[in-house]
Amino acid sequence: MSRQLMNKQDPEVRKRNFEEVALGFTEEQALLEANRCLNCKKPFCSQGCPVEVDIPEFINKIKAKDFQGAAAKIKEKNSLPAICGRVCPQENQCESKCVLGKKGEPVAIGALERFVADYVANLANDEIAPVASIGCKAAIIGAGPAGLTAAADLALQGFDVTIYESLHSAGGVLQYGIPQFRLPKDIVAREVEYIKKLGVKIETSVLIGQTLTIQELFDQGFDTIFIGTGAGLPYFLNIPGENLNGVYSANEFLTRVNLMKAYRFPEYDTPVRVGERVAVVGAGNVAMDAARTSLRLGAKEVYIVYRRSAEEMPARHEEIENAAEEGIIFKFLTNPVAIIGNDNGEVTGLECVRMELGEPDASGRRRPVEVKGSEHRFPVDNVIVAIGQGPNPILLKNTGGLVLNKWGYITVDPETQETSIPGVFAGGDIVTGAATVIAAMGAGKKAARQMVEYCKKKKALVG
Amino acid sequence: MEIVSKEILAPRIVKLVVKAPAIAAKAQPGHFVVVRRSEKGERIPLTIADFSREAGTITLIIQEVGKSTALINAMEVGESFLDILGPLGTPYPIEKLGTVVAVAGGLGAAPLYPKVKALYEAGNKVITILGAQTKDLLILQDELKAVSHQLLITTDDGSFGHKGLVTALLGQVLQTETVNEVITIGPVPMMEACCNITRELGIKTVVSLNAVMVDGTGMCGGCRVTVGGETKFCCVDGPAFDGLAVDFKELRLRQRYYSAQEKEAYHNHHHGGEGCKCHAN
Repeated sequence: MSRQLMNKQDPEVRKRNFEEVALGFTEEQALLEANRCLNCKKPFCSQGCPVEVDIPEFINKIKAKDFQGAAAKIKEKNSLPAICGRVCPQENQCESKCVLGKKGEPVAIGALERFVADYVANLANDEIAPVASIGCKAAIIGAGPAGLTAAADLALQGFDVTIYESLHSAGGVLQYGIPQFRLPKDIVAREVEYIKKLGVKIETSVLIGQTLTIQELFDQGFDTIFIGTGAGLPYFLNIPGENLNGVYSANEFLTRVNLMKAYRFPEYDTPVRVGERVAVVGAGNVAMDAARTSLRLGAKEVYIVYRRSAEEMPARHEEIENAAEEGIIFKFLTNPVAIIGNDNGEVTGLECVRMELGEPDASGRRRPVEVKGSEHRFPVDNVIVAIGQGPNPILLKNTGGLVLNKWGYITVDPETQETSIPGVFAGGDIVTGAATVIAAMGAGKKAARQMVEYCKKKKALVG
Repeated sequence: MEIVSKEILAPRIVKLVVKAPAIAAKAQPGHFVVVRRSEKGERIPLTIADFSREAGTITLIIQEVGKSTALINAMEVGESFLDILGPLGTPYPIEKLGTVVAVAGGLGAAPLYPKVKALYEAGNKVITILGAQTKDLLILQDELKAVSHQLLITTDDGSFGHKGLVTALLGQVLQTETVNEVITIGPVPMMEACCNITRELGIKTVVSLNAVMVDGTGMCGGCRVTVGGETKFCCVDGPAFDGLAVDFKELRLRQRYYSAQEKEAYHNHHHGGEGCKCHAN
């Protein structure tokens, strides 16, 4: 039996709306798909999960139509299943280890996870029994995937947990970065609500490093602190014309649209401006998100401009396919060298050179080399720069004793996620540089485990 | 986040004293906050015009220029902002420099005031030039006078003080005084004109820029300004910069990028919309 496929909105329709693209499994599909699972004696799928979900067991519960039981099984390890079911690169993780994948198609683990998470969300809200307090207080800095995961795990261990978030709503990249059509914001809100139900307090609009310092958090009585502030400083190309009107960092563009809901201007007050032609520079998931968002805001032609070739694109295959179906135009082996503007300081075009692939570079990918004399221009109204991000320095520069690596990310003990400051742990993009939601969640989980150990030892010493 | 006092300083210019103890505890001259009035509202950056650590309050001075500022200025004592994030930005360094000339244009007096006060308290000789289009739009006269050795006032129409632009007075002061630093805050063309004067004389000049921003924490990069040929983020590297190195032309153009959208929102706000009470006063 072949793998069940989620229904999707038709590309011609969806490219003009912000509704979710993939529609999820029906109950029937979920049962058919769950029954494809061989229930291996030695399952490998769970080994591919950074947050250690017991995948065969939750699939068994689906087979038995115990969807609530399946959701509970996932939530033992993963507090954000509706999110992971949507945005995890399962093809590189759990599903890549599935035995069925050796000869055919792996079990659609991600779609099943999404199904059960959505199924229980539609039921009457179940109350969560509070976990007995163990008298330890943890502060979490940043309400993104790493912080939310660490907070949930600590709350489940009986910690008193407070998350500090600089933006006005929780979720981090889930809130400001990933668009509505890929991850609806009511689902993010629902998962955040669940974490609050576990007893976690979330203080929004508090910028640690400015409003409060790490030292002040310790002074307030927190026993341990987790830093999960993400990689929040957008990189630019450093080419002429980058400060013209119409040039956005992907961060700004997506924040305006997702967090501030500029796609509903003027009902919402924050504007965003998209012209007829948009060039998005970069080919990661963020670039795909920016390109597809531009289409939905009314752009007629949207280009992905990438200096390497199709094979090297870092975006998930599914996202590239979705973008292509919607009519995004890919300009490979094309590197921007200048942004052209008019007298009003507005973007009118992009000047690029063609590239060819040379020897492999440090990343193992073939290094793109400029083709001499290949300069060319094409007209665009917007340029969105989606070439990655660096560490946001605000917290780091205001925290004495925090050791950083040469790229400015926090150095941690790889075994424990502990930083150079005792009791302060870190994980996610602020340690690794920009990576995935699930990698950040894995780091949050790992850190939480060590924070529990740290506090138990600390309390034992104090007596 | 609750408003504890409200004062109308001039037509469409309101002073709000807001309860925000955590921010007041850390505020320094040059810091700003980002506020939201309502769930659908923008994130608006506002300079901290004054603060009291004892009272746990910050002072915000807001000029109505569009929908968001109109809604803020319509707030009354007892009402609260939805959220206030801060203090943000890099504080303006306060040192004893000698003689400092502080030039404020219009609403620029609000961000300038805490710096003037700190410079005065640090033992500098402070000469303040305050300008506005007309007498009614002059703000913080008494406050500035209390922390300046000399306060010169000018209005474009001559309705109060000297007649003309602040640049004329600045030129005069610089002829008679040996000045160590000029600090100027106001509309972009005014700051640029001041810098054109001081550049010729080789006097260090600080400006405070009000670029379009979203988060205010370095995350979006929307507030890019070119200073000395390098791109800086107004929210984290500023808002104070070396005025002699700022690319004002670029800044002017960037500030205008959303003007059509701002007009549309403002227009909708006045004609129907959310029960505006901003003209009750």
